[in-house]
Amino acid sequence: MPIKLPSFRPRKDAYPADLWTKCPSCSEMLFNKQLDKSDRVCPTCGHHFRLSAEARIALLVDDRSFVEVDAGLQSVDALGFVDQKPYPDRLAAAQLATGMRDAAVRGTATIDGHRVSLCVMDFAFMGGSMGAVVGEKVTRAAEQALMERLPLIIVSASGGARMQEGTLALMQLAKTCAALERLRAAGVPYISIMSDPTTGGVFASYAVLGDINIAEPNALIGFAGARVAAGTIAQELPPGFQRSEFLFEHGFVDRVVARRSLRGEIADLLRYLVPGEQRPAADNGRSLFDPIGFLTSLADRVVPDLPAPEEAPARPTEPADDVPAARAADREATRG
Amino acid sequence: MVDRLLGRRPVAGPVAPEDAKAEMWNRVQLARNLRRPRTLDLLAEMADEIIEIHGDRAFGDDAAMACGFARIDGHRVVFIGQQKGADTDENVRRNFGMPHPEGYRKAMRAMDLAERFGLPVVTFVDVPGAHPGPESEERGIAEAIARSIGLMTRLRTPIVSVITGEGGSGGAIAIAVGDVVIALENAVYAVISPEGCAAILWRSSDEAATAALAMRMSADDQQALGVVDQVVAEPGEGAHADHAETARRLRTVIVAELDRLERIPTDELLAARYERYRAFGAYTETAAPPMTPPPNRGLADRVRDLLDPTRWLTGTSTTGTPRRDDPTAPEEA
Ligand SMILES: [Zn+2]
Repeated sequence: MPIKLPSFRPRKDAYPADLWTKCPSCSEMLFNKQLDKSDRVCPTCGHHFRLSAEARIALLVDDRSFVEVDAGLQSVDALGFVDQKPYPDRLAAAQLATGMRDAAVRGTATIDGHRVSLCVMDFAFMGGSMGAVVGEKVTRAAEQALMERLPLIIVSASGGARMQEGTLALMQLAKTCAALERLRAAGVPYISIMSDPTTGGVFASYAVLGDINIAEPNALIGFAGARVAAGTIAQELPPGFQRSEFLFEHGFVDRVVARRSLRGEIADLLRYLVPGEQRPAADNGRSLFDPIGFLTSLADRVVPDLPAPEEAPARPTEPADDVPAARAADREATRG
Repeated sequence: MVDRLLGRRPVAGPVAPEDAKAEMWNRVQLARNLRRPRTLDLLAEMADEIIEIHGDRAFGDDAAMACGFARIDGHRVVFIGQQKGADTDENVRRNFGMPHPEGYRKAMRAMDLAERFGLPVVTFVDVPGAHPGPESEERGIAEAIARSIGLMTRLRTPIVSVITGEGGSGGAIAIAVGDVVIALENAVYAVISPEGCAAILWRSSDEAATAALAMRMSADDQQALGVVDQVVAEPGEGAHADHAETARRLRTVIVAELDRLERIPTDELLAARYERYRAFGAYTETAAPPMTPPPNRGLADRVRDLLDPTRWLTGTSTTGTPRRDDPTAPEEA
């Protein structure tokens, strides 16, 4: 192991925080633009940084195919919850910081031409915690999937249920699982993708219930916080405890898939899970030809690809001090 | 209504914050009282017969979860409930009422039996939380809880759930998805333990009482939120003071609910159960533009953008407000 000479290393705050990010795994200083280009995976060691819902959707679905629905859902402070700050203030601060109304985005899109119902969580919004809005969006995504017989894809990134919504947040476990049971009974496929972190009540409801469970490498996935778990046995936890590979080893994750392969893997799976996929159009008595879709795709192909009228907005920047896994696990110590 | 029949005291008027906090904390202590009647104690008082079943058919038998058959006032039921111990020895054997995955899998076996043999299910919830240790994670505690919740949402037989003591988060809801949810007066129900909530949001476990009040975890509060349908008054100083009377009062309510639910056609029952849980959560719904413009927009969109630069405002105005991977205060449980 190389000798660490911290005082000789450039201090992290010597770098402008909006330009550079330090990899928590290999300590490499990464230029943010370069990190964004590599889908926020460290080019040196392969560490998967957390992804915003926006970037995740761009990564997973066919260009221009995502249509957001239910964008206007917003939580209400039903309990009058005040900790060190009133809950409405926390919500407002999170909305201001992220530009999102809550911790999930849902809609429809195509993945390699397969139309899917998609719901993507964003950890940056109050730790991706599940309150009424996340629960509602997951449920509606499942209900739409059921109604239109679309495969359901949910990407989780969450510390669990949102404490500020009390047992109403806990009830979201039942609400989402109920919708998934209907999907299951109807034979509509559901692929769950667990990213870092997927813990607590989100893991113990829809995230773990995929027909296929996929995890990104080394993501924190678990029910209870590591400190609680360690406390109950008063000894060291097994190495890699509550990481994707641990879950894989114990049979709760089908595949650990690197980010760059995720979209391809989903497309490959959908070819097996979407019923009638290989059947000729005549089989179900309906033409598969979709004139509007055809014209749209034709128009897309003939319209020259003009430069965008304005520079794309800068991507949100990674803080230089991305929290090391141990600390992140620690502060989530009371889940479950 | 049953509450009033049972001599439930009227709800007090407004109280000072410190008094409210003290009263809430007193309830948490009553819910955790060592002498509080447990699942098998209550059943011993209210049932004419109990036959326990054991084992999950995969790993082992979990003594923290009691399951079996019972006859209550002529109703043959399947019962499921966490079981804490009455003393230290029993608590060690029963893991302080904290089930491992095999406990929830045994519960699912019991539910399956109930459905196939046409018996209603009565669950008794009294759990600090599902067991959080490494062996629990290895055997899939989250999966067991999620499957149990899912099974209850579609189980084709009536389900009466009773929160008798501590309703601790995922470990509680895993057996508490009922057509009707009843709570004893001093039972509590929360998304996380008050100590855990305080440690995260107040950064001090000394604020547990404050957190308990903020989460509104008392039975009365839960009834006001609609999570609990009925609150059953406890005798005297609390359920621990009189097991027999507590069980008698509970039996009256459980039997009344079984009588009512057994008359409802199964499809209607399941539709109502779905709607009961479908409705939870408070949110507003406003017309709002989508959060994110597609990464490569079509020509028409680009023209529209040129004409109306505010079109994507909600989604893309985050420039200059750097996102953080790690929020300063985690909000999750
Ligand atoms: Zn790295």
